[in-house]
Amino acid sequence: MQTENLTDILRQHPFLAGLSEDHMQVLVGCASNVRFAEGAPLIHEGEIANKFYLVRAGRIALETDVNARGKIRIQTVGPGDVLGWSWLISPFRWHFNALAVADVRAVALDGECLRKKCEDDHDFGYEMLSRFSRVMERRLEATRVQLLDLYTTSPGARV
Amino acid sequence: MTHETMNAPAAPREGVRLHPVTVKKVIWETDDTFTLQIDLGALGNTFNFLPGQFNMLYVFGLGEAAISISSDASQTGTLAHTIHRVGTVTSGLAQVKRGDVIGLRGPFGAGWPITAARGKDVCIVAGGIGLAPLRPVMYAMLRERTAFERIILLYGARSPLDILYRVELEEWAKEHNVEVLVTVDRGDSSWKGYIGVVTTLFSYIKLDARATVGYVCGPETMMKYTIDEMGRRGLAEDQIYLSMERNMKCAVGFCGHCQYGPEFICKDGPVFALPRIRHLLDRKEL
Amino acid sequence: MVIIESTELNHLLEGLISRGYLLVGPTVRSGAIVYDEIRSAEDLPRGVGDEQLPARYSLRRRDDAMFFGYGVGPVSWKKFLYPPRLTMFRATKAGKGFTITPGETEPRPRTAFVGVRPCELNGIIMQDKVFLGGPYVDGAYKKARDNAFIVAVNCTESGANCFCASMGTGPGVTKGFDIALTEVLQGKRHYFTAEAGTSLGKEVLGALSTREATDPEAKAGLDAVARAGTSQVKRMDVRDLPQLLNDNFENPRWDDVAKRCLACTNCTMVCPTCFCSTVEDSTDLTGTHAERTRKWDSCFTMDFTKVAGGNIRPSTRARYRQWLTHKLSNWMNQFGTLGCVGCGRCITWCPSGIDLTAEVDAIRGNGVHA
Repeated sequence: MQTENLTDILRQHPFLAGLSEDHMQVLVGCASNVRFAEGAPLIHEGEIANKFYLVRAGRIALETDVNARGKIRIQTVGPGDVLGWSWLISPFRWHFNALAVADVRAVALDGECLRKKCEDDHDFGYEMLSRFSRVMERRLEATRVQLLDLYTTSPGARV
Repeated sequence: MTHETMNAPAAPREGVRLHPVTVKKVIWETDDTFTLQIDLGALGNTFNFLPGQFNMLYVFGLGEAAISISSDASQTGTLAHTIHRVGTVTSGLAQVKRGDVIGLRGPFGAGWPITAARGKDVCIVAGGIGLAPLRPVMYAMLRERTAFERIILLYGARSPLDILYRVELEEWAKEHNVEVLVTVDRGDSSWKGYIGVVTTLFSYIKLDARATVGYVCGPETMMKYTIDEMGRRGLAEDQIYLSMERNMKCAVGFCGHCQYGPEFICKDGPVFALPRIRHLLDRKEL
Repeated sequence: MVIIESTELNHLLEGLISRGYLLVGPTVRSGAIVYDEIRSAEDLPRGVGDEQLPARYSLRRRDDAMFFGYGVGPVSWKKFLYPPRLTMFRATKAGKGFTITPGETEPRPRTAFVGVRPCELNGIIMQDKVFLGGPYVDGAYKKARDNAFIVAVNCTESGANCFCASMGTGPGVTKGFDIALTEVLQGKRHYFTAEAGTSLGKEVLGALSTREATDPEAKAGLDAVARAGTSQVKRMDVRDLPQLLNDNFENPRWDDVAKRCLACTNCTMVCPTCFCSTVEDSTDLTGTHAERTRKWDSCFTMDFTKVAGGNIRPSTRARYRQWLTHKLSNWMNQFGTLGCVGCGRCITWCPSGIDLTAEVDAIRGNGVHA
């Protein structure tokens, strides 16, 4: 019952749209339902990255420590988003902190479990990688635009 | 297409006279952005504008700047302009005090086609000062809230301190059933809202693409990414409108400065239906 | 069509003066034919011709006594209708506010333009569309235009930079004139054929001692004009020109021309159709009097497209492209015609000798075709 329920939840998440039934069954074996109250940390910079999250509700802020400037908030992720891909790429360590800024419901997927399944079943591995590449591409594009700092004006401005 | 225009009077008129008007109130919205409330005086009896239109504001001896009108078009006798202090004239305007007199010419240009959105969902996407010319659209729609289905406002600002009209944003969300999502490019630990570019907010709303009209205003790059995102979500190009900006000097199509390919932003725009300028948006140095 | 003998040309000018017109026409100044105030036919550049090539202009003495035996010079008529500097308004501080008075208070004199070439007349008609044809009207232009009397002179010779025949704007006039003249000089026989285009023109001609032109006299004039067209060597290939330039927004030729273009603005200043302007606001030392001046501007200047976020067209490549594409493509969308009259001034007065007809040919040769 528990597993079936989790499958339904996974099926509703945009990240997994169109995933085959076989692959869904592979995935669900590594999944668990999680909740984080506002203020709770999800990820610590530097620690082993052994998970990723499919966010269902709430909001998570990504922060990084910049010595003298303290914690800088870089981005938020919310419902329908994916949090974390360091589990996929050696040396499997987090590059930022993440904490819930509003109560979060998510599905956690175990990285080690998934990596093994990706190795065992390359079709499944390809499916995961192509979905993550899409997420990374969109995230990179958004970050580039964010870097442009579009709402400030250049010193050459006149009127 | 029902593109609202008041820029085509029946009889040709002269380049529109400059009127001295009195500043009633100065409201600092952020560190570098302020709103001038203006008493139109005698001009108030005849002055009508459409949401999206702009005026030329003149500071004595210093020059003119094109500024969108950001107040409610149904109010008579008074106007508001929200101004980003960036250069000589806008810095001059920033020094204006209550009771001072400035010059005003206008209104100019084509406005937002609000009638095109009746009976539909409306998705407004604003970036930075781009919220100012869209505020009259909000007022117009909220006055007839039931004439529109969902009203969604996605707003991107530089930082939490740069968010314009904070009180109103909350009021629209709480009291007028507007889905207001605000994101900033740079946050700190006191900011619990969204961080990221405005297009990321599309993930958190579900658009009924076939019944939604989009209004977009902000820096050109932000608008390009926004219309791409709207396209990805199935919005038809002819349902998307955007407000363009160029160096406007005369505001009536004589001076040539604001040309954008075949268009004069001042008189053909500033609000355009996307299909009309789609082919121009990717042209560099146009 | 009537005949005015060359010896009686001055009667026409006197007739205009007696009707209260200020005369402006061609005259020699600083080694060029310019348009300025003239008082009689004596001031006309009789016997003066010119040589024009890309980046070259010089006067020469003709071996005949033609009054209008020259091509267009650096000055066009637009300076009289759309002045290079114009005070738009004056403002004076009064308490917390200020009062505004119009810039132009002097009534403009009625002015007769003597010697308007067909290409130039078409230039005026194009500027009419800009300043009078839309929802807004430029008041100063309208006043000057309403006060203008146009004596056009058909061309009977073409210069090396002329290409009006390609643009359909010459060498003969078809509309827009009060009086149109064709100068004919055959051996010792020197006369003008004259035609009225308006009732006022007819009235002015009617007051002169003229007679109807004989068929051979009329034909000699028409033939001379036709020869000016057929002998024209420079051509602009106008086939699908607006589309061609629209399709070639990205073309290596823009880089090529940018290497030669100095962005000096000469082409825009001498062009009879270029209409861009800027305004300058100023105050006196006491800060109590301010005024606004409108000045000719050019899309080649660095400041032209400054906006809050920076500059839209920082490169010369983009500015040349804007100029040419506006003239030969966007103008069609905006005003229903091309914005070039084929007068060749921009070729003559370009310090680098950039020839827009050659640029168009190059783009046609290497470019994208729909």
